[in-house]
Amino acid sequence: MNKTITLKINNKIIKTEENCTKRLLDFLREDMDITGPKEGCGEGECGTCAVIIDKDLVNSCLVTIGSVEGKEILTVEGLKGTKQFDVLEKCFAEAGAVQCGFCTPGMIMAAQALLSKIQKPTEDDVRDGISGNLCRCTGYNMIINAILMAAKRGEGLW
Amino acid sequence: MVEGYSPNTFEEALKILNEEDVIIYAGGTDLMVKNKNITSLLPKFTKDLLYVGDLNELKEIKEDDNKIKIGAACTLSSLLRVESIPEVLKEAIQNIASPAIRNMGTIGGNICNASPAGDTLPILYALEAKLKLVSINSSREVNINDFIVGSGKIILKDNEMLESILIEKVKFNKIYYQKVGARKACAISKTSFVALAEVSNQKIIDIRIAIGSVGPKIVRVKEAEDILIGRELKDIENLMSEVKKVYSEKIIPINDQRSTATYRKTVVLRLIQFFLQYKVVFEHSVKSEK
Repeated sequence: MNKTITLKINNKIIKTEENCTKRLLDFLREDMDITGPKEGCGEGECGTCAVIIDKDLVNSCLVTIGSVEGKEILTVEGLKGTKQFDVLEKCFAEAGAVQCGFCTPGMIMAAQALLSKIQKPTEDDVRDGISGNLCRCTGYNMIINAILMAAKRGEGLW
Repeated sequence: MVEGYSPNTFEEALKILNEEDVIIYAGGTDLMVKNKNITSLLPKFTKDLLYVGDLNELKEIKEDDNKIKIGAACTLSSLLRVESIPEVLKEAIQNIASPAIRNMGTIGGNICNASPAGDTLPILYALEAKLKLVSINSSREVNINDFIVGSGKIILKDNEMLESILIEKVKFNKIYYQKVGARKACAISKTSFVALAEVSNQKIIDIRIAIGSVGPKIVRVKEAEDILIGRELKDIENLMSEVKKVYSEKIIPINDQRSTATYRKTVVLRLIQFFLQYKVVFEHSVKSEK
């Protein structure tokens, strides 16, 4: 009880005394100043808080920091600077997949999680991969095109 | 302020459960929504949490010739990757929420949450799953139908935990699953429907139909199944109105924000008819002609 929680966030070991029931989303944004993950619905419907935990896509609004103790957490900030991110960033820009940008960090993480599992996704795979992420601007087609484009251009990266 | 326990072994978890008043937290996807608070405030948990989602003992999947044993904390996604999990269960899981939720949500959580709209439940009812409940000094097996006693109500004692789910390997040659929701992803079922049948020599050898979200519990009507078992396919059409009448008496859905009672009942009765007429009779006759 009342102990230190150790997390690995974007390749850095973080120790905290925060209450273990604190949401990972709040911990990232308020304690770590990592603001890529955003709060949309706060109940797992919109995916804008999505991060990758131990290679799996997860909604950070639905996990307490106590439940992810010892795990590796990757946000869009941690992905930045990798070759995969470069490809995703360029393809999202080229396909017009970013308009207001609020859903984008979540979409990028969903795309990253999908491509690390399925290197050559079909359109259906992509639709399923981002099915937990809402976007109110693009109508999704541009995002789907961006991810399919990234899969092609970034072949061998994932 | 509430705190959390992170046991290293299942044994240790049972000990804590026996001594302390705690909430069992596996994937958290239902608990976190139920205890949602204003942004940046702690979730409204009133009891300490017992984290069991990472216990190896609860993540095992074992099988022998007759049975599959699924650890209660297996995430829904992880089950999709296991060959021995029945295809119809995988189909239902594939339709639950979104990849991110399936990566966290567990099968044990879906059962213990006991929502009438829990999407693995109709399948587990149809497969007649048994649940192993364990405490520090006891262990028992109960049928899933006896475990859930109402909407959100289960018979788990304070010091017990769902350890695993046991499914017998059964063979059915007619399998049909249909989830009816408002959209493809992240939809809570208006209703969900599963039907399994074994047809051979133009006869129905066995049939099981389970329906979700049409009552406080999953509905399975043995009386109606008994009318069909042992019957020849050519007689099914004549039995249809009798079968639908029995179901009609047992299916009493409610109106809620997701759907209306009339819609749910109409859809379910049509799905029953579709399954019997098309999947069982028509497809079978087409196959045997080939």
